[in-house]
Amino acid sequence: MSATLLGQSILSGIFAGSLYALIGLGMSLSWRYLRVINLAHFAFVFFAAYLTYEFAGVRGVNPFVVALALVPLFFLLGVLQQALILRFNVNEFSSVIVTYGLAIVAEALIQLIWSADYVRYENRAMHGNLALGTLLFPVADLVMAGIALGLCFAVWAVLHFTWLGKALRAGLDNPQIAASFGVPNQRLLLLVAGSAGALAAIGGFFVAVLYTLAPSQIFSWLGVVFAAVLLGGLGNPIGLVAASLLIGVSEAITMAITAPSWAPVVPFTLLILLLVLWPERV
Amino acid sequence: MQGRNFAAATRRSMLIAGFGLTLAIGALAPATAQQPSGPPIRIGGTLALTGPLAQTGAIHKIVGDLFVEQLNKKGGLLGRPVEWVLLDDQSKPDVTRTLYERLITVDKVDLIIGPYATASILSAMAVAQRYNKILVHSTFGIPKLATYERQFPGWPLGFEPEKGMPAAALDALNATGKGPKSIAVVTSKFPSVQFVAAGAREVAKSRGLKEALYLEFEFGTRDFGPIAARVREADADFLFMGAIGLEGNQLLEALEKLNYKPRNHFYVYPTPGPMASSPLGDGALSNTAFENLPPLNANPSAAAFAKSFNEAAAKAGLPYTEPETQAGASWSAWEILTGAVAATKSLDDKVLTDWLKKNGADTIIGHISFDGPNNYGPDLMRIKQVQKGKWVIIWPKDIATPGYSPQAK
Repeated sequence: MSATLLGQSILSGIFAGSLYALIGLGMSLSWRYLRVINLAHFAFVFFAAYLTYEFAGVRGVNPFVVALALVPLFFLLGVLQQALILRFNVNEFSSVIVTYGLAIVAEALIQLIWSADYVRYENRAMHGNLALGTLLFPVADLVMAGIALGLCFAVWAVLHFTWLGKALRAGLDNPQIAASFGVPNQRLLLLVAGSAGALAAIGGFFVAVLYTLAPSQIFSWLGVVFAAVLLGGLGNPIGLVAASLLIGVSEAITMAITAPSWAPVVPFTLLILLLVLWPERV
Repeated sequence: MQGRNFAAATRRSMLIAGFGLTLAIGALAPATAQQPSGPPIRIGGTLALTGPLAQTGAIHKIVGDLFVEQLNKKGGLLGRPVEWVLLDDQSKPDVTRTLYERLITVDKVDLIIGPYATASILSAMAVAQRYNKILVHSTFGIPKLATYERQFPGWPLGFEPEKGMPAAALDALNATGKGPKSIAVVTSKFPSVQFVAAGAREVAKSRGLKEALYLEFEFGTRDFGPIAARVREADADFLFMGAIGLEGNQLLEALEKLNYKPRNHFYVYPTPGPMASSPLGDGALSNTAFENLPPLNANPSAAAFAKSFNEAAAKAGLPYTEPETQAGASWSAWEILTGAVAATKSLDDKVLTDWLKKNGADTIIGHISFDGPNNYGPDLMRIKQVQKGKWVIIWPKDIATPGYSPQAK
């Protein structure tokens, strides 16, 4: 195996891992701070991806305008979903069933609007690649990875260095005491839900830019992103980045040096190892 | 072309089949002005209307709806209206098995017709065998597994597609004078394409091609970057991909990111629209049973089918509205089943089976006979290629789209 093949494969793994982190970030925040295992997050991602295809691809709207419009829209959708979850007192475990049901409904809705057939957003805005020696860096992947890693670090910084982060942690530890210190728990929960929705929109935008879409693909990301979220630690953006890159690069190296069919085994092997060797992490 | 029987696929035989088909349709509707009456003949089946195979399931649903609608307008079957009892198998073979049990034992349909995709057809076949029901199906990919004597394929891909398909692709490339010297075989582990890829290795070996790469990947793989890096490094003259659905496009997109384009490339069962419409698909080869192209659409029935499918697919919102293998094989399955009923004036499974084995069937694909192993007759598949942004048939020569021939680099 040549150094170029190894290097290019590792790059591919970094880009794949970055997308896992981008999609997983909202889910990780929901799970930690809202106690909602939000499988509908994947439906949000794909709904945003289809809207990107529809407006940027079919109707010719500037893709960056579409991305900017999706963020507040999905913030509101996230808030609405959380308001319903609070209204009906859905607990952490029930949330799996409820949000899975929502994802199924979303899949049917997407199929109704855009058909079950494949659709592709032919993106020209982030086309081509950059060369560094023998390695090639696709522009779209590079932009996605930059935004994904930037968002993860930004969320980490907000959680650790701002009043908001402290208030969220306080509310998680003891909502009554936090409230007595003026922490608006309910509004903060809605803010987290909205942020998770907005992150899903950004993830969906890049899924549309990088992949051909079909409604049934909603669940194809579930396993690997779930593994990354658990490996990284709930509500821990830096851990999520590390876990996602570990999974992405491990998968890529596996594909480069052995049969690619072994690659899907990687994230779950890592997850099982974590559960066996470090159970308190999960 | 050795070992392949293309006799039935010549222009003349296509026309004969077309006239035969027209006569058969006439037989279905002896008094076309008459409305069918009496209790409906109920034909039960399932399709992948949801789940990972729903993209193709949607094509089969459009075809079935069209066929039944047109059949009823022309007087139905045996003077009775036809009702298609369709259930969603969710792309799951286990669900398919349960639903066919229900169709036969609870819904008590008169006849059954196959679902979509090899695994689901195999499930339905087991149920049909248990109840001695005739099963006509459309796109079953592994003929060796179709051992039930009352099953009939509407997709005439021959008994050994794992040999015929790669051999025909290599024949087409060799005809350009630029035949490949090396091959990279990359395949999904989806059963009906993996075994064709394995066959391609054998065919390539027997013809003295150097195997530069052989890779298997899981169905559902999202990241093709590392696979693309290996294909680029192998740099074979010919990339043979055991691809189903979108996998071919995914690999081509990953290769483009590495500034690499395969010189010659073949995909077993690609989704036709994205491959033809993508600039990366230029020169891509595949196989086909039917295209809306001369001479395959030369007979009036095929042309009428293509037109109505175009309209129905557009109405259903499908991005690619041209009928090809899936639509053609689906239509031919309906033709086989209803043609046998009309000819025998019977709904008895044994009577229908015996008649089909003896007579075969005239379909839009051509005359399909069931006189080979596992009821698979001659291989009527053709090789097609993306040229100037559209699929055209390029092999064998006598069935090629006029004005087109194989292109190789």
